[in-house]
Order: sequence, then C-alpha cells, then structure tokens
Amino acid sequence: MTKEELIDKLKGIVKPYVKNEEGFNNLDENTDFLNDLKINSANLVDVILDIENEFDIIIDNESMEKMLHVKAAMEIINAKLSEK
Amino acid sequence: MAAPNGIGIPDFTNAIKNGISGIRFYQELKDLNFSCCIGGIPQVTEEQKLQYFTPLQLKNFNSPGILYGCMAGMDAWKDAGLTIDENSGTDWESGTVFGTGSSSVEKLRESFYKIDAGNVKKLGSTAVVQTMVSGVSAYLSGILGLGNLVTSNSSACCTGTEAILMGFERIQSGKAKRMLVGGCSDHGPYIWGGFDAMKVMSYKHNDDPEIASRPMSATASGFVPGSGAGALLLEALESALARDAKIYAEVSGAAINAGGQRGSGSMTAPNNEAVQRCIKDAIENAGIHPNDIDLINGHLTATIKDADEVNNWSVALNRQGNDFPYIHSLKAMTGHCLGAAGAIESVAAILCLDNDFIFPSINCEDIHPDISAIIGTEKIPQQVLENNKLQVVAKASFGFGDVNSCIIFKKYDR
Repeated sequence: MTKEELIDKLKGIVKPYVKNEEGFNNLDENTDFLNDLKINSANLVDVILDIENEFDIIIDNESMEKMLHVKAAMEIINAKLSEK
Repeated sequence: MAAPNGIGIPDFTNAIKNGISGIRFYQELKDLNFSCCIGGIPQVTEEQKLQYFTPLQLKNFNSPGILYGCMAGMDAWKDAGLTIDENSGTDWESGTVFGTGSSSVEKLRESFYKIDAGNVKKLGSTAVVQTMVSGVSAYLSGILGLGNLVTSNSSACCTGTEAILMGFERIQSGKAKRMLVGGCSDHGPYIWGGFDAMKVMSYKHNDDPEIASRPMSATASGFVPGSGAGALLLEALESALARDAKIYAEVSGAAINAGGQRGSGSMTAPNNEAVQRCIKDAIENAGIHPNDIDLINGHLTATIKDADEVNNWSVALNRQGNDFPYIHSLKAMTGHCLGAAGAIESVAAILCLDNDFIFPSINCEDIHPDISAIIGTEKIPQQVLENNKLQVVAKASFGFGDVNSCIIFKKYDR
C-alpha cells in the first residue's frame, strides 16, 4: 500500500469523528487527531477499533498510546501489517 | 412524544383521538417462546433518527430508550419555544429529571457477549454512557446545554410520573426555572421477558394485537408491554409568561408515597390504603376539591387489579356511580410503557385538557362487573368525547415496590 492510499483509508476512518472540517481537508502525515481534527479524546479508542477492523490487525495498549497523530498511526499500521 | 401509536404531538393526538392502537405482533418474541408475542414499539425510521442524533452519536448506538427519551425531550424543548444550539452557553436555570425503569438492556447484552469472549476492548467509548442509568439525562443535558439538576430517577412504573413531581418541586423550591421531565423505556425480549415469566402479560390475543390490551374489561387478561418516551417542559409561571410561551396546562399539585409492602401491598401489588392516601394528598396539595376532578387518566394496566384501582379512586374522591369523573386508560392503545408510562400518559392527559377532548378507552366494551358495580359505565368513554370542557385532570401511576404517584393537572387560563 502506498503512503497516499494509507492516508486515504485513514481519512475515511476518522471522518465521522472529526469536529474540525478545515483540519480534515488539510489532513496529512503531520495532522494531530486531537488538536488538528478536534476529535473528542474519548472517541480515539473508537478510531483505533475502526483501524483494527479495516486492516484486520490488533493494536496493543502501548501502540494505542502513541497513536495521537497520522504519522504514528501509519507507522504502527505498517508495522502490524508487516508482522502478519 | 415517542409512543407506540404516534411520534410527535400531532401524530399522537390524532392517534389517541381516534382510538388507534400501537400494538403489533413481533415474530422475534414468538421465536423465543414468549407467551405474549405482541408489544408496543414506537415506529421510528432511520431518517427520523437523523433529525435528532448525529451520525457519530448513532455509531455503535443500541439504546432505544435513550433515543426515544432524546426525541421526546428535544421535541418538548422546541415546542416550548426554546432553541437547541450546540454552541450556546450553559443554561444554569434549566435542568432535567428524566427517568428510566432499567439501563439500556440491549447495549448491556451486546457488551456482555464481547466481555465474555475476551474482547472487552471492543466495547468502544460509548458502552458506559449508554448503559449508565442516567444515560438519557446525560445525553439530553449535552444536547440542550442544561446546567441545573441533571439526573435520572427510577421507580418502576411510577418513574415517568415521579419525574414530573421531582421537577415540579425543584421549580417550586426556586432552585430552577425550567425542568425537562419525563421517562423512557427500552423494548424487546430482554426487558419484557421477566414479565412474561410472571404470567402478568396477555397471551390470548397474539393473533389480534389491537384488541389485546383491555383495561377495565371483563376479558382483560394481563398487560401488553410497551416502550417509548414522553417528556414535558415544566417552567415557573413568571418565566413562561415573560417568554410568551405556549402553556398547555398547570401542574396544580402532586403527591408520592409507598405502601411499604404492608397490608394489601407487596412487591408487586399495591397497598390500597397507600394508593388512596396518595390521591388524597395530591388533591390537598393542589388545593382543589375532589369534585373538581373532571377526568382521571388511570394507571389501569388490564390486569385483575383494575377494579381495585377504580375502587381506590372512588374511596379517595368519595364519588361513585354517575357522580364519578370520567376515567380512561391510554394503555389500551399503547400497552404498558413501563418506565415511560407515566410520562406518555401525562402528555396524553395534558393534550385532553388543552384541547377539551376525552380519548376513548378502547377494548372495554365489556366493562368488568366489579367496575360497573362502583361507577356508571357511561363514565368510561368508548368513543372520543369532543368539545368536552375540562378544567382538572388527575393522573396516577403505581409501580412494583408498592410505590404510588399522583399529579393534578389544571387548565391554565390567562
């Protein structure tokens, strides 16, 4: 999967939770879920569950804690995919 | 209003005027070997849900009681001329007491299965807020920006009526200007199963659901389960007048008590003395005379206890025969909506008061002889009575645990 494809998939996943449309339209590797997209912090666990379902991977607690921005999410997804 | 026979005030008013039943057959109940395979469930479309909830709120949402509660609560709020704006400030003068008989049982079941399978993580972020008993008031508070008392009460089938009393007293004490009050209930096998096991639900009319709920009838054979929500916006008079709000009715007085499960009372049966005291206390609290009551919106579930209830009203009011007020039961059309019953029925009572009609008490063309021995049969309208001037309507609810509540609604004349 290319970087662009992965970002596109992530965009689809986070869309329902986004409270800041401008941040969403400018979403890139450096986007922060809480600060840029204004996702409610309680909803972060739902985003991660949706990522697990979409990529058929399991994200452990340590990885979850790191998934606060797009770049970390991409790294973790790629790492988990390569373990499969 | 989210009732089995109507969503929103215009639909619901039309349904009750015309004696339209909301009771339907549910194959799911039959497949699960229920004796009673019918029930009352509000008919809400996906499109309607989106008028009240955002797609995000509906994600992993599985709590019909909360949905109905929010629909009824938001409608009551708007109907009172108030606005819903997620960017508004906190409204410190407004609160809510919005009750429910039990937590969101469908969501609990879904969660238990995930937990037992070792997938606790998959509960996501909203399992707690959907299953906490105060879920409905918490959702409403967030939608409306309520900053006063925000809580959910629970007292079985008294819940909805109790919520009105609690909001009324909060305003009376000067601690709030406006209280959104009501009750809601889930539906389905997990909430109705226990009643089916108790053999208190009707099983004789599975093939003819609309005639199954038969309060005050000689052929009543148990209650039909219902669900939904009703809500009222209570407001201090000066505040309502200052806003030029539509005033449907005045809460003139209220009372609540319990029978302590002594005397004729038990966990599941009312102490008649307590019921009579509750009615008398409400009348006294309202500062009216028993003869002022034009109409009784009864609890009347369609069990063997209906005659006892009529007798309790008759003793408490000291009125019999044709001197007895009109009396009817909404449950004939909606079934017994449990935690929502008192709220849905109070809305019906207020609509009668506001529009001067008495909805028909359907399915009791064969009035129980124990009831006709106490009151004139013409006091139980079989057809709608239009243009029937009403000044005072009494509403009571009685619940498991031997708890009672009674509210007196009065027409408000400017």
